[in-house]
Amino acid sequence: MVTAAQIWEWVIKSLIIILVLTGGFAYVTLYERKVLARIQARVGPNRAGPFGLLQPVADGIKLIFKEELTPAGADKLLFTLAPVITVIPALVVTAVIPWGESVTLFGKTYTLYLTDVNVAILYIMAVTSISVYGIALAGWSSNNKYATLGGLRATAQMISYELALGLSFVGPILLTGSMSMLEIVRAQQKLWFIFLQPAGFVLFLAASLAEVNRAPFDMPEAEQELTAGYHAEYSGMKFALFFMAEYIKMIAVSMIGATLFLGGYLSPLTMLSGLPVIGWLFASGPHWLFLKVALWLFFMIWVRATLPRIRYDRLMQLGWKIMFPLGLVNVIVTAAVIVLAGG
Amino acid sequence: MDIGVLLVYGILGLTVIVSAVGLIVSRNALYSALFLVVNFVAVGLLYLALGAPFIAFAQVTVYAGSIMVLFIFVIMLLGAENLMLDEPLRGQRALGILLVVIFLAEIVLYYLLRTTPLQAIPAIPQTFASPAEIGMLLFNRYLLPFEVTAFILLAATVGAILLSKHEGPTRPKPGIQKPETPVEG
Repeated sequence: MVTAAQIWEWVIKSLIIILVLTGGFAYVTLYERKVLARIQARVGPNRAGPFGLLQPVADGIKLIFKEELTPAGADKLLFTLAPVITVIPALVVTAVIPWGESVTLFGKTYTLYLTDVNVAILYIMAVTSISVYGIALAGWSSNNKYATLGGLRATAQMISYELALGLSFVGPILLTGSMSMLEIVRAQQKLWFIFLQPAGFVLFLAASLAEVNRAPFDMPEAEQELTAGYHAEYSGMKFALFFMAEYIKMIAVSMIGATLFLGGYLSPLTMLSGLPVIGWLFASGPHWLFLKVALWLFFMIWVRATLPRIRYDRLMQLGWKIMFPLGLVNVIVTAAVIVLAGG
Repeated sequence: MDIGVLLVYGILGLTVIVSAVGLIVSRNALYSALFLVVNFVAVGLLYLALGAPFIAFAQVTVYAGSIMVLFIFVIMLLGAENLMLDEPLRGQRALGILLVVIFLAEIVLYYLLRTTPLQAIPAIPQTFASPAEIGMLLFNRYLLPFEVTAFILLAATVGAILLSKHEGPTRPKPGIQKPETPVEG
């Protein structure tokens, strides 16, 4: 039976996850602007606070004071609901990611994960499949041709790449024999799955970029042709919610990828954890997950700064004619090898 | 029964019924589709509450996610939001009401004329609906229906591709299809 203490533990853990994600969103925007600026030989935001550290706060305050417009002829209910429907899946999708094993505080041991369900990967699939609606509805309800086109493109793209994304999950599941994220991390104790599943890793990387509408797959919001795509008519805090959802999805995708392929919270340098004073740095724990997420985010920003947007028909061809068959072959080969090796 | 349990099932059941009614009553095709999404998600949550997480998440992923997104995609693409007010087939409404009355009468009659007393459903083992268990059932006991379903879906996919293909010589669109790749068929 569920006790009150357990419920409080869940509530507090959920709050921590949401606060880390929203705080992370604010600083990922700064991270992206700084990295992009450096890649383009600029300085980037450096006026608000030391090293521009208060820039996200300034941006947030600015957006709060912006006027919110609702276009004439828009579907008011869906126009208001769409940003909410976009942000909620992004906030809840990381609930099944373990941050570590357990920690002892004030003589009581707490697990460093909210829940360890045996269908964690299916949960992630279900939540990502729901997250399409916000964007599609934002495009439709704006009563604007550019927004509607952006919504349509987003829908087509996310459906197409969800298949490859789902197939890339199968490799780690087969290797672990479980759909629990905690089991998947524990199975990578000796060797990370990126080395056993290179094809799956590349598939996940490409499909996840498409799933969160990042460059080079940012067709739904192609500025040059669609003005801004599905959020063209949004302003003020409603726009801020779309912005937030996009960056939180980036963090979430990095966390999922790091957990599935890069060993999650595991440290690659555990043999150094016996060192005095700095030993804890080399032990497994949440800080390793955050390091991996930061590197993954850097890669996403780097890709954005390097690659041009690919054309829409090429995007569909890549998704259906290359990535989907590759995913199927990867699943068959992995399964065959596991059966032959007697795993 | 526990008040919390009653509350959960009550709210979920109400959501299922209200969204189903909204689906039928709504005059906007997009809202109808969204009511159906809410309905699927609520049914998925019911499965979850009944201890079948695999079926619950499969329901949300496949029905509420993939299939309904395609419906909404088509509605948006065709601009077919507003449904016609007059029905092409007459008498459907009267028939529908008649069937509802018969169905309700059946339930009431069953309750009044039943020969065995109502009793609680025996609890199922915790592992009954685990993914491994469902996989074993699908690929052992129900292998033939599973394969037949897969074959039917494949046939439907091939049929859809064939129907949407143009007859006669296909003109290559500039930049999309290279001229030297012939369309087989």
